[in-house]
Amino acid sequence: MTKLLEWLFGVSFVLVAWAVVSFDLLDLSLPQTYREVAWPMPLYLLVSFGCYSLATVGYRVATFNDCEEAAKELQEQIKEAKEDLRKKGLKM
Amino acid sequence: MASRKTSHPNRDNEDKYSVLLPTYNERENLPLIVWLLVKYFGESGYNYEIIVIDDGSPDGTLEIAEQLQKIYGEDKILLRPREKKLGLGTAYIHGIKHATGNFIFIMDADLSHHPKFIPEFIEKQKEGNYDLVSGTRYQGNGGVYGWDLRRKLIRLRFNFLLFSTVFPSLVRSRGANFLTQVLLRPGASDLTGSFRLYKKKVLESLVERCVSKGYVFQMEMIVRARQLNYTIGEVPISFVDRVYGESKLGGNEIVSFVKGLLTLFATT
Ligand SMILES: Nc1nc2c(ncn2[C@@H]2O[C@H](COP(=O)(O)OP(=O)(O)O)[C@@H](O)[C@H]2O)c(=O)[nH]1
Ligand SMILES: [Mg+2]
Repeated sequence: MTKLLEWLFGVSFVLVAWAVVSFDLLDLSLPQTYREVAWPMPLYLLVSFGCYSLATVGYRVATFNDCEEAAKELQEQIKEAKEDLRKKGLKM
Repeated sequence: MASRKTSHPNRDNEDKYSVLLPTYNERENLPLIVWLLVKYFGESGYNYEIIVIDDGSPDGTLEIAEQLQKIYGEDKILLRPREKKLGLGTAYIHGIKHATGNFIFIMDADLSHHPKFIPEFIEKQKEGNYDLVSGTRYQGNGGVYGWDLRRKLIRLRFNFLLFSTVFPSLVRSRGANFLTQVLLRPGASDLTGSFRLYKKKVLESLVERCVSKGYVFQMEMIVRARQLNYTIGEVPISFVDRVYGESKLGGNEIVSFVKGLLTLFATT
Protein backbone atom coordinates (compact mmCIF):
# COMPACT_ATOMS: atom_id res chain seq x y z
CA MET A 1 0.00 0.00 0.00
CA THR A 2 1.42 3.35 -0.96
CA LYS A 3 1.49 6.35 1.34
CA LEU A 4 -1.15 7.94 -0.83
CA LEU A 5 -3.60 5.10 -0.17
CA GLU A 6 -2.77 5.04 3.52
CA TRP A 7 -3.63 8.70 3.72
CA LEU A 8 -6.82 8.34 1.72
CA PHE A 9 -7.98 5.58 4.06
CA GLY A 10 -7.02 7.54 7.13
CA VAL A 11 -8.70 10.72 6.00
CA SER A 12 -11.92 9.03 4.90
CA PHE A 13 -12.10 7.12 8.17
CA VAL A 14 -11.82 10.33 10.17
CA LEU A 15 -14.35 12.08 7.92
CA VAL A 16 -16.88 9.29 8.33
CA ALA A 17 -16.44 9.25 12.10
CA TRP A 18 -16.85 13.00 12.17
CA ALA A 19 -20.00 12.89 10.04
CA VAL A 20 -21.51 10.12 12.12
CA VAL A 21 -21.13 12.11 15.29
CA SER A 22 -21.97 15.58 14.09
CA PHE A 23 -25.01 14.63 12.00
CA ASP A 24 -25.96 11.62 14.09
CA LEU A 25 -26.18 9.45 10.98
CA LEU A 26 -26.67 6.21 12.87
CA ASP A 27 -29.42 7.54 15.14
CA LEU A 28 -27.34 6.88 18.22
CA SER A 29 -29.19 9.72 19.94
CA LEU A 30 -25.92 11.17 21.23
CA PRO A 31 -26.16 14.10 23.61
CA GLN A 32 -26.42 17.48 21.90
CA THR A 33 -23.04 18.58 23.36
CA TYR A 34 -21.18 15.85 21.45
CA ARG A 35 -22.55 17.17 18.20
CA GLU A 36 -21.72 20.73 19.09
CA VAL A 37 -18.14 19.84 19.91
CA ALA A 38 -17.63 17.56 16.91
CA TRP A 39 -19.09 19.87 14.29
CA PRO A 40 -16.34 22.54 14.19
CA MET A 41 -13.57 20.09 15.11
CA PRO A 42 -11.97 19.81 11.62
CA LEU A 43 -11.58 23.56 11.49
CA TYR A 44 -9.95 23.65 14.92
CA LEU A 45 -7.57 20.88 13.98
CA LEU A 46 -6.68 22.52 10.71
CA VAL A 47 -6.01 25.86 12.32
CA SER A 48 -3.91 24.38 15.11
CA PHE A 49 -1.90 22.29 12.68
CA GLY A 50 -1.33 25.43 10.62
CA CYS A 51 -0.18 27.38 13.65
CA TYR A 52 2.07 24.58 14.75
CA SER A 53 3.67 24.31 11.29
CA LEU A 54 4.18 28.05 11.09
CA ALA A 55 5.75 28.15 14.51
CA THR A 56 8.08 25.23 13.82
CA VAL A 57 9.19 26.47 10.45
CA GLY A 58 9.57 30.01 11.76
CA TYR A 59 11.67 28.81 14.64
CA ARG A 60 13.87 26.71 12.40
CA VAL A 61 14.42 29.49 9.90
CA ALA A 62 15.38 31.80 12.74
CA THR A 63 17.83 29.31 14.24
CA PHE A 64 19.20 27.93 10.97
CA ASN A 65 22.99 27.96 11.18
CA ASP A 66 24.68 30.39 8.83
CA CYS A 67 28.01 28.75 8.20
CA GLU A 68 30.12 31.88 7.76
CA GLU A 69 33.15 30.11 9.17
CA ALA A 70 32.83 27.22 6.77
CA ALA A 71 32.54 29.59 3.82
CA LYS A 72 35.65 31.47 4.90
CA GLU A 73 37.63 28.29 5.44
CA LEU A 74 36.64 27.07 2.00
CA GLN A 75 37.78 30.30 0.39
CA GLU A 76 41.21 29.97 2.00
CA GLN A 77 41.50 26.36 0.96
CA ILE A 78 40.53 27.20 -2.60
CA LYS A 79 43.44 29.63 -2.77
CA GLU A 80 45.82 27.07 -1.31
CA ALA A 81 44.59 24.37 -3.66
CA LYS A 82 44.93 26.53 -6.75
CA GLU A 83 48.49 27.40 -5.89
CA ASP A 84 49.45 23.81 -5.14
CA LEU A 85 47.78 22.51 -8.30
CA ARG A 86 49.56 25.07 -10.42
CA LYS A 87 52.86 23.89 -8.94
CA LYS A 88 51.94 20.31 -9.76
CA GLY A 89 51.47 21.37 -13.38
CA LEU A 90 47.72 21.69 -13.78
CA LYS A 91 46.68 24.01 -16.59
CA MET A 92 43.28 25.53 -15.98
CA MET B 1 54.56 -1.82 3.70
CA ALA B 2 54.45 -2.66 7.37
CA SER B 3 56.90 0.11 8.14
CA ARG B 4 54.50 2.75 6.83
CA LYS B 5 51.64 1.72 9.04
CA THR B 6 52.69 3.85 11.94
CA SER B 7 52.45 7.18 10.17
CA HIS B 8 48.93 6.48 8.86
CA PRO B 9 46.57 5.28 11.54
CA ASN B 10 44.08 3.70 9.15
CA ARG B 11 46.34 2.26 6.51
CA ASP B 12 45.98 -1.32 7.74
CA ASN B 13 42.23 -0.99 7.47
CA GLU B 14 40.90 -3.37 4.82
CA ASP B 15 38.04 -1.11 3.82
CA LYS B 16 38.15 0.85 0.62
CA TYR B 17 36.10 3.92 -0.14
CA SER B 18 35.05 4.78 -3.67
CA VAL B 19 33.99 8.39 -4.13
CA LEU B 20 31.58 8.95 -6.99
CA LEU B 21 31.84 12.41 -8.49
CA PRO B 22 29.28 13.08 -11.19
CA THR B 23 30.20 16.19 -13.10
CA TYR B 24 28.54 18.39 -15.64
CA ASN B 25 30.35 21.63 -16.42
CA GLU B 26 32.46 21.56 -13.26
CA ARG B 27 35.74 22.58 -14.86
CA GLU B 28 36.54 25.02 -12.09
CA ASN B 29 35.31 22.93 -9.19
CA LEU B 30 36.72 19.52 -10.10
CA PRO B 31 40.41 20.21 -9.40
CA LEU B 32 39.52 21.82 -6.09
CA ILE B 33 37.28 19.03 -4.87
CA VAL B 34 39.84 16.43 -5.93
CA TRP B 35 42.60 18.31 -4.14
CA LEU B 36 40.52 18.43 -0.96
CA LEU B 37 39.62 14.75 -1.22
CA VAL B 38 43.26 13.77 -1.63
CA LYS B 39 44.16 15.98 1.31
CA TYR B 40 41.62 14.56 3.76
CA PHE B 41 41.93 10.95 2.66
CA GLY B 42 45.68 11.32 2.78
CA GLU B 43 45.64 12.71 6.30
CA SER B 44 43.30 10.07 7.66
CA GLY B 45 45.02 7.27 5.75
CA TYR B 46 41.93 5.46 4.53
CA ASN B 47 42.13 3.52 1.29
CA TYR B 48 40.23 5.31 -1.50
CA GLU B 49 39.60 5.97 -5.15
CA ILE B 50 37.83 8.83 -6.91
CA ILE B 51 35.57 8.01 -9.83
CA VAL B 52 34.74 10.93 -12.07
CA ILE B 53 31.64 10.45 -14.16
CA ASP B 54 31.53 13.27 -16.65
CA ASP B 55 28.62 13.56 -19.04
CA GLY B 56 30.37 15.14 -22.01
CA SER B 57 30.56 18.58 -20.42
CA PRO B 58 31.00 21.20 -23.12
CA ASP B 59 33.30 23.23 -20.83
CA GLY B 60 36.06 20.60 -20.99
CA THR B 61 35.73 19.11 -17.52
CA LEU B 62 37.00 15.80 -18.84
CA GLU B 63 40.23 17.35 -20.09
CA ILE B 64 40.87 18.76 -16.61
CA ALA B 65 40.07 15.37 -15.12
CA GLU B 66 42.69 13.76 -17.36
CA GLN B 67 45.29 16.21 -16.12
CA LEU B 68 44.33 15.39 -12.54
CA GLN B 69 44.69 11.71 -13.28
CA LYS B 70 48.25 12.33 -14.44
CA ILE B 71 49.02 14.25 -11.27
CA TYR B 72 47.47 11.90 -8.74
CA GLY B 73 47.75 8.56 -10.49
CA GLU B 74 45.42 6.18 -12.30
CA ASP B 75 44.79 4.13 -9.19
CA LYS B 76 43.40 7.16 -7.36
CA ILE B 77 41.52 8.96 -10.11
CA LEU B 78 39.35 6.85 -12.37
CA LEU B 79 37.61 8.37 -15.36
CA ARG B 80 34.35 6.84 -16.44
CA PRO B 81 32.90 9.44 -18.81
CA ARG B 82 29.72 9.13 -20.82
CA GLU B 83 28.93 10.63 -24.19
CA LYS B 84 26.14 12.99 -23.24
CA LYS B 85 24.14 14.31 -20.32
CA LEU B 86 22.10 11.36 -19.12
CA GLY B 87 21.18 12.53 -15.65
CA LEU B 88 22.42 12.14 -12.12
CA GLY B 89 20.65 8.89 -11.22
CA THR B 90 22.14 6.90 -14.06
CA ALA B 91 25.51 8.54 -13.42
CA TYR B 92 25.57 6.86 -10.01
CA ILE B 93 24.58 3.50 -11.47
CA HIS B 94 27.34 3.85 -14.04
CA GLY B 95 29.85 4.76 -11.32
CA ILE B 96 28.91 1.90 -9.00
CA LYS B 97 29.63 -0.60 -11.75
CA HIS B 98 33.23 0.53 -11.83
CA ALA B 99 33.75 1.00 -8.10
CA THR B 100 36.19 -1.39 -6.45
CA GLY B 101 35.63 -0.25 -2.87
CA ASN B 102 33.30 -1.94 -0.41
CA PHE B 103 32.00 1.47 0.62
CA ILE B 104 30.78 4.26 -1.62
CA PHE B 105 30.65 7.99 -1.03
CA ILE B 106 28.23 10.02 -3.05
CA MET B 107 28.77 13.74 -3.13
CA ASP B 108 28.40 16.74 -5.39
CA ALA B 109 31.46 18.00 -7.20
CA ASP B 110 30.50 21.64 -6.75
CA LEU B 111 32.23 22.16 -3.37
CA SER B 112 28.97 22.45 -1.47
CA HIS B 113 29.94 19.16 0.16
CA HIS B 114 33.25 19.55 1.93
CA PRO B 115 35.57 16.51 2.08
CA LYS B 116 36.62 17.48 5.60
CA PHE B 117 33.55 15.61 6.83
CA ILE B 118 34.65 12.34 5.27
CA PRO B 119 36.52 11.02 8.32
CA GLU B 120 33.44 11.79 10.42
CA PHE B 121 31.23 9.82 8.05
CA ILE B 122 33.59 6.86 8.25
CA GLU B 123 33.84 6.94 12.03
CA LYS B 124 30.08 7.24 12.33
CA GLN B 125 29.63 4.26 10.03
CA LYS B 126 32.00 2.14 12.07
CA GLU B 127 30.44 3.24 15.33
CA GLY B 128 27.09 1.62 14.58
CA ASN B 129 28.00 -0.52 11.56
CA TYR B 130 25.39 1.57 9.72
CA ASP B 131 24.22 0.60 6.25
CA LEU B 132 24.34 4.22 5.27
CA VAL B 133 25.41 7.49 6.79
CA SER B 134 23.71 10.65 5.63
CA GLY B 135 24.97 14.21 5.99
CA THR B 136 22.41 16.53 7.51
CA ARG B 137 22.21 20.29 7.35
CA TYR B 138 19.43 20.43 9.88
CA GLN B 139 21.03 19.04 13.01
CA GLY B 140 23.80 19.76 15.47
CA ASN B 141 26.44 22.00 13.94
CA GLY B 142 25.01 21.52 10.51
CA GLY B 143 23.87 24.50 8.47
CA VAL B 144 24.03 26.31 5.18
CA TYR B 145 25.82 29.27 3.71
CA GLY B 146 24.57 31.37 0.85
CA TRP B 147 20.85 30.83 1.14
CA ASP B 148 18.51 33.77 1.41
CA LEU B 149 15.45 33.77 3.64
CA ARG B 150 13.19 32.65 0.82
CA ARG B 151 15.32 29.63 0.06
CA LYS B 152 15.57 28.67 3.72
CA LEU B 153 11.83 28.94 4.07
CA ILE B 154 11.12 26.80 1.04
CA ARG B 155 13.66 24.16 2.00
CA LEU B 156 12.58 23.96 5.60
CA ARG B 157 8.90 23.88 4.86
CA PHE B 158 9.63 21.20 2.32
CA ASN B 159 11.58 19.13 4.77
CA PHE B 160 8.95 19.61 7.42
CA LEU B 161 6.06 18.57 5.21
CA LEU B 162 7.89 15.59 3.83
CA PHE B 163 8.85 14.36 7.19
CA SER B 164 5.48 14.67 8.80
CA THR B 165 3.56 13.24 5.87
CA VAL B 166 5.81 10.57 4.49
CA PHE B 167 7.30 9.35 7.73
CA PRO B 168 4.61 9.10 10.38
CA SER B 169 5.19 5.37 10.56
CA LEU B 170 8.91 5.85 10.97
CA VAL B 171 8.29 8.40 13.68
CA ARG B 172 6.01 5.99 15.50
CA SER B 173 8.31 3.03 15.10
CA ARG B 174 11.05 4.91 16.86
CA GLY B 175 9.20 4.07 20.03
CA ALA B 176 8.20 7.39 21.48
CA ASN B 177 4.83 8.95 21.12
CA PHE B 178 3.94 10.38 17.77
CA LEU B 179 3.20 13.93 18.75
CA THR B 180 6.35 14.61 20.73
CA GLN B 181 8.37 13.06 17.96
CA VAL B 182 6.71 15.25 15.38
CA LEU B 183 7.30 18.19 17.64
CA LEU B 184 10.97 17.47 18.00
CA ARG B 185 12.03 15.54 14.95
CA PRO B 186 10.68 16.81 11.65
CA GLY B 187 13.30 18.32 9.47
CA ALA B 188 16.04 16.68 11.47
CA SER B 189 16.76 14.24 8.72
CA ASP B 190 18.13 15.79 5.59
CA LEU B 191 16.12 14.11 2.90
CA THR B 192 17.20 16.08 -0.11
CA GLY B 193 20.87 16.30 0.70
CA SER B 194 23.17 14.06 -1.21
CA PHE B 195 26.36 13.76 0.79
CA ARG B 196 26.17 10.16 1.88
CA LEU B 197 28.23 7.06 2.58
CA TYR B 198 26.81 3.66 1.66
CA LYS B 199 27.87 0.08 1.97
CA LYS B 200 28.30 -0.88 -1.65
CA LYS B 201 25.78 -3.73 -1.51
CA VAL B 202 23.20 -1.48 0.09
CA LEU B 203 23.61 1.20 -2.52
CA GLU B 204 23.29 -1.35 -5.30
CA SER B 205 20.06 -2.71 -3.94
CA LEU B 206 18.66 0.78 -3.40
CA VAL B 207 19.58 2.07 -6.83
CA GLU B 208 17.91 -0.95 -8.37
CA ARG B 209 14.63 -0.04 -6.72
CA CYS B 210 14.60 3.68 -7.27
CA VAL B 211 12.51 4.98 -10.12
CA SER B 212 12.68 8.75 -9.84
CA LYS B 213 15.11 11.10 -11.50
CA GLY B 214 17.23 14.07 -10.51
CA TYR B 215 16.22 16.00 -7.46
CA VAL B 216 13.72 13.45 -6.15
CA PHE B 217 16.22 10.62 -6.49
CA GLN B 218 18.04 11.48 -3.24
CA MET B 219 14.82 11.48 -1.28
CA GLU B 220 13.63 8.26 -2.75
CA MET B 221 16.90 6.60 -1.82
CA ILE B 222 16.50 7.45 1.82
CA VAL B 223 12.78 6.68 1.94
CA ARG B 224 13.40 3.26 0.44
CA ALA B 225 16.30 2.69 2.79
CA ARG B 226 13.94 3.24 5.72
CA GLN B 227 11.40 0.94 4.13
CA LEU B 228 13.93 -1.83 3.73
CA ASN B 229 14.99 -1.38 7.35
CA TYR B 230 18.52 -0.37 6.55
CA THR B 231 20.19 1.37 9.45
CA ILE B 232 20.97 5.05 8.99
CA GLY B 233 23.48 7.21 10.81
CA GLU B 234 23.60 10.98 10.55
CA VAL B 235 26.49 13.44 10.52
CA PRO B 236 25.89 17.21 10.74
CA ILE B 237 27.45 18.99 7.77
CA SER B 238 27.80 22.58 6.72
CA PHE B 239 26.65 23.21 3.22
CA VAL B 240 28.29 26.08 1.36
CA ASP B 241 26.37 26.83 -1.79
CA ARG B 242 28.42 26.58 -4.94
CA VAL B 243 30.95 29.30 -5.65
CA TYR B 244 31.72 28.45 -9.29
CA GLY B 245 29.39 27.45 -12.09
CA GLU B 246 25.67 27.12 -11.84
CA SER B 247 23.20 24.64 -10.47
CA LYS B 248 21.83 22.16 -12.99
CA LEU B 249 19.07 20.84 -10.83
CA GLY B 250 17.84 24.09 -9.30
CA GLY B 251 14.99 24.99 -11.61
CA ASN B 252 11.80 26.01 -9.93
CA GLU B 253 12.13 24.73 -6.40
CA ILE B 254 8.46 24.91 -5.65
CA VAL B 255 7.64 22.76 -8.65
CA SER B 256 10.32 20.24 -7.67
CA PHE B 257 8.92 20.26 -4.16
CA VAL B 258 5.39 19.36 -5.20
CA LYS B 259 6.65 16.84 -7.70
CA GLY B 260 8.90 15.17 -5.13
CA LEU B 261 6.20 14.93 -2.55
CA LEU B 262 3.66 13.50 -4.97
CA THR B 263 6.13 11.02 -6.42
CA LEU B 264 7.06 9.66 -3.02
CA PHE B 265 3.44 9.66 -2.01
CA ALA B 266 2.32 7.60 -4.94
CA THR B 267 5.25 5.23 -5.22
CA THR B 268 6.25 4.28 -1.70
N1 LIG C 1 27.36 13.20 -14.75
C1 LIG C 1 26.38 14.08 -14.48
N2 LIG C 1 26.51 14.91 -13.43
C2 LIG C 1 25.52 15.80 -13.17
C3 LIG C 1 24.36 15.89 -13.98
N3 LIG C 1 23.57 16.87 -13.46
C4 LIG C 1 24.20 17.36 -12.39
N4 LIG C 1 25.39 16.73 -12.20
C5 LIG C 1 26.37 16.93 -11.11
O1 LIG C 1 25.70 16.63 -9.90
C6 LIG C 1 26.12 17.48 -8.86
C7 LIG C 1 24.94 18.26 -8.26
O2 LIG C 1 24.40 19.12 -9.21
P1 LIG C 1 24.03 20.64 -8.92
O3 LIG C 1 23.80 21.29 -10.21
O4 LIG C 1 25.02 21.27 -8.01
O5 LIG C 1 22.65 20.45 -8.16
P2 LIG C 1 22.11 21.24 -6.87
O6 LIG C 1 23.20 21.24 -5.86
O7 LIG C 1 20.90 20.47 -6.43
O8 LIG C 1 21.78 22.59 -7.35
C8 LIG C 1 27.19 18.36 -9.45
O9 LIG C 1 28.43 17.79 -9.17
C9 LIG C 1 26.87 18.33 -10.95
O10 LIG C 1 28.01 18.56 -11.73
C10 LIG C 1 24.26 15.00 -15.11
O11 LIG C 1 23.29 14.99 -15.86
N5 LIG C 1 25.29 14.12 -15.31
MG1 LIG D 1 25.00 21.95 -5.88
